[in-house]
Amino acid sequence: MEKKVSLWQIFLVFAKIGAFTIGGGYAMIPLIQAEMSRRGWISDDELPDIVALSQSAPGVMAVNISIFAGHKLRGFKGSVAATLGSITPSFLIILAIAMFFTAFRDNPWIERAFKGIRPAVIALIAVPMVKMAKKSCTTWWKWLLAIGSLVLVAFLNVSPIYIILCVLIIGFGATWFRMRSK
Amino acid sequence: MTVLWLILQLSWTFFLIGAFTFGGGYAMLSLIQNQVVVEHAWISEATFTDIVAVSQMTPGPIGINSATYVGYDVLFNATGSPVLGVLGSLTATLSLMIPSFIIMLLIVKFYLKFRSSRLYAGTMDWLKPCVVGLIGAAAVILIIKTTWTGGVPQVQVLSENFPDWKSWLLLAGAFAASYWGKVNPIYLILASAVLGMLLY
Repeated sequence: MEKKVSLWQIFLVFAKIGAFTIGGGYAMIPLIQAEMSRRGWISDDELPDIVALSQSAPGVMAVNISIFAGHKLRGFKGSVAATLGSITPSFLIILAIAMFFTAFRDNPWIERAFKGIRPAVIALIAVPMVKMAKKSCTTWWKWLLAIGSLVLVAFLNVSPIYIILCVLIIGFGATWFRMRSK
Repeated sequence: MTVLWLILQLSWTFFLIGAFTFGGGYAMLSLIQNQVVVEHAWISEATFTDIVAVSQMTPGPIGINSATYVGYDVLFNATGSPVLGVLGSLTATLSLMIPSFIIMLLIVKFYLKFRSSRLYAGTMDWLKPCVVGLIGAAAVILIIKTTWTGGVPQVQVLSENFPDWKSWLLLAGAFAASYWGKVNPIYLILASAVLGMLLY
């Protein structure tokens, strides 16, 4: 009989993981692996499955991983403890910055710093886009889909939600028909 | 009453964002931007860009961090009260996670069936290029603004994000450093902050 892990312990371990994850979901994986397998909570060959599932579900990957791992340990309560744990450190840090920053936003030095930062941030959004395009746009019609979505959202002010809904329905239908006709 | 209405709107908006984000934090940014900057005009493009910068530098997933920050700003700007700002943060962050909870718990139940589903993989093949376009659009909207007057588009560079030619150099330099140089985003943002103080 395995010993039950306490909810508080789950919360603490995930808070530790959350506090040291800088730069999104993927940076979290080695930390989760270290913390979870050391405690024998998750085996190393289970982790790729968890990551793959968390990636394909909507939402933030780090939250999805926490929900899944927490569920494995203590069911629904475990998911809640793990998720709250993983977001608490960043929540508190962001809150502190948001409160502090509103007071200093008009400081001329801060203003100048952000004039430098803003173009860099846009570059940092473009880099993962280019990397994703290289991986997922493998045929001409996939390029068309990518460029079409960009133009609709950026220039014609169409909501991304409608585009995702349409592509989900069309993609599902197309895959379904292809599988049936085989 | 109006505050309550704003909180409800904020909650529903971030619920939608959580439900329709496929493909990670940057995909989520494009949705947050569309909903918060374009649809509701709660914050400006420049403020949104600043929030993304802060979210990239601080620990935690970028999507969650931006939601926390945006939630604070929306209610703080509307009321001037930091306490309501905190309430806004909580509302945005928790609402964002509700769809994940519902869907992940369903997935856990149907774990193996879901994993081997070719139908799912095929649908994702269609969705991934679309997400690439959405992230691209987020970057474009932070650079230029398009307004339509009588069927004629008018394209304007956002002067807050790109005040002069130096901004374009910073964009190109940061892209090169991150893409080819693989420089850590935190160092890149810190370096561009120093450059900003020196150049402007």
